Amino acid sequence: MKILVCISHVPDTTSRIAFTDNNTKFDTKGVQFIIGPYDDYALARAIELKESTGATVTVLNVGLAETEPTIRKALAIGADDAIRVNAEPVDSFFVAAQIAAQAKAESYDLILMGRESIDYNSGVVHALVGTMLNIPAVSPVMKLDLDGNTVKMVREIEGGTEQVEAAMPLIAGCQEPIAEWKIPNMRGIMSARTKPLKVVPPVAVESGVKLQRFELPPPKGAVKLIPPDKVEELVHLLKTEAKVL
Amino acid sequence: MHVLVFVESNEGKVKKTSHEAVAYAAALGGSVTALALGRVDADELAALGKFGASKVLHAADDRLNQEVIQAYAHVIAQAMGQTGADVLVLANSSLGTPIAAQVAATIDASLATNVVALPDTSSGFSVKRSIYSGKAYCWVELAKPKKVIAIRKNAAEAGGSGGAATVEAFTPEIRDEDFRVKVTGTEKATGEVLLPEAEIVVSGGRGMKGPEHWSILEALAKELGAATGCSKPVSDMGWRPHHEHVGQTGVKVSPQLYIAVGISGAIQHLAGVNTSKYIVVINKDPDAPFFKAADYGIVGDAFEVVPRLTEAIKAARG
Ligand SMILES: Cc1cc2nc3c(=O)[nH]c(=O)nc-3n(C[C@H](O)[C@H](O)[C@H](O)COP(=O)(O)OP(=O)(O)OC[C@H]3O[C@@H](n4cnc5c(N)ncnc54)[C@H](O)[C@@H]3O)c2cc1C
Ligand SMILES: Nc1ncnc2c1ncn2[C@@H]1O[C@H](COP(=O)(O)O)[C@@H](O)[C@H]1O
Repeated sequence: MKILVCISHVPDTTSRIAFTDNNTKFDTKGVQFIIGPYDDYALARAIELKESTGATVTVLNVGLAETEPTIRKALAIGADDAIRVNAEPVDSFFVAAQIAAQAKAESYDLILMGRESIDYNSGVVHALVGTMLNIPAVSPVMKLDLDGNTVKMVREIEGGTEQVEAAMPLIAGCQEPIAEWKIPNMRGIMSARTKPLKVVPPVAVESGVKLQRFELPPPKGAVKLIPPDKVEELVHLLKTEAKVL
Repeated sequence: MHVLVFVESNEGKVKKTSHEAVAYAAALGGSVTALALGRVDADELAALGKFGASKVLHAADDRLNQEVIQAYAHVIAQAMGQTGADVLVLANSSLGTPIAAQVAATIDASLATNVVALPDTSSGFSVKRSIYSGKAYCWVELAKPKKVIAIRKNAAEAGGSGGAATVEAFTPEIRDEDFRVKVTGTEKATGEVLLPEAEIVVSGGRGMKGPEHWSILEALAKELGAATGCSKPVSDMGWRPHHEHVGQTGVKVSPQLYIAVGISGAIQHLAGVNTSKYIVVINKDPDAPFFKAADYGIVGDAFEVVPRLTEAIKAARG
């Protein structure tokens, strides 16, 4: 069995977000980049399946050379090899088209992604690739088990969960608690250095979405503190000032 | 401009976020057709006129009673073709977002999800998206002739002053291959206010000490008609179900009012709540970071403050 895991290279969840060049560029100063937290769940589940079934795991990232340490980390966690599509991930459609092009050439049984990237939060790449390859895409997946050629999953819906199943090939957008995040060990880190990382050029795609500018939310004013024994005052403010009651 | 709106429903009732989607479409200034799939109450469909739909298409085929993304996307793409719509608007939700993607890929449209405001059409067609888990926004131009827009809660106000809409049956082609994903079971809370839909959210953190203390939050939520949420450790420990966990790795909410009780306000939690209109924080630690993100705060013990607050709201209601 062949598994493809698509990982994004995103600012650490504690990063302070800022922009430069007249709010047209993300300010990378002091920002540490990580594997997307949801993508990390996808990778962890893929490694578990590798251990239980002997599957091979390939990781794929669409990004420029600066993403290689992130890709090496995924190799250290246990992926067998990696592909980097050498391009700036300009929008979801572009990223999806790159993933679809790679997947077409290799026919993976299972393509695991994160439910969403934590930079653009689009939550769409898995669904786009599904349509591009005409195979089922399911997200957000909290549990994923194999039963022969059938994949049995638990998907989160508003207010609950549903059980779904589909035959492979299949795409899943993953989230916790599908697996526990894996931390690379020393042996993994050593072997990651020599695992194959193939750099391929992007396929040409016309992007339908053009970034114009970034914007930060207005700074929050100071909190109004209300004494704990005067909750009526809070109710009054919520009614008359905030007008939310 | 002609706009199609996919409306979601829950237990036969159209969701509030879908009312907002219809209002958003109406605000674009063209004619609005709403599309509902599967079992939905008839009066709910006609009532979509109030929010600005002139016509409602209803595909009542039994196979559409289950929310299968690919099947829905195929039906919606056909409706886009038949109505000649240029724009599709729907709610950014666990159903709406992947559908938006699949329709956009099918009809070759520009796609934007997580949209938080009406577009700027002064030159071209630009929308404002929430990015970096609510820590920033970006404006993007949707350059293709066809556009698909998934809107966050509160992107438009669902006022509701229009008349009734005409409802027509819609009979699309439904293929077996659209049902390659089979739904074999559903577990869903019934009769509750759904978290992503709620105007008010009462949320508890580790400061609540244990699941047995949730009754005081539930009493407050009930008084306010609110949904209940929680922080990640709370759902990790199994005190509350996973779908209630709010934050970067959980649900992102945008209610009018978010009340956080015994939650410290870690940046990953704030990522799920910082588009809320107003935030109230109740925490016994005056240095809890959440106070910096709050509009109103009470430094105090949740077990004393919350029941008092519930009583005060009851009293104010009279
Ligand atoms: C990659 C990543 C993703 C994450 N994603 C999320 C996420 O999506 N959502 C999320 O919530 N967290 C997330 N976290 C975890 C986050 O960093 C915090 O650990 C978590 O939010 C803390 O939860 P808490 O505020 O309930 O608990 P604590 O930090 O333990 O805070 C408890 C608070 O309760 C107060 N308290 C205690 N007793 C009382 C009382 N009697 N009355 C009033 N107040 C009291 C305390 O003063 C304290 O401020 C993530 C972490 C990582 C690394
Ligand atoms: N640049 C990228 N390279 C590879 N995979 C990506 C990239 N961006 C996003 N993905 C994958 O697509 C998922 C959904 O991303 P998004 O639709 O941007 O929210 C992520 O969780 C990743 O698994």
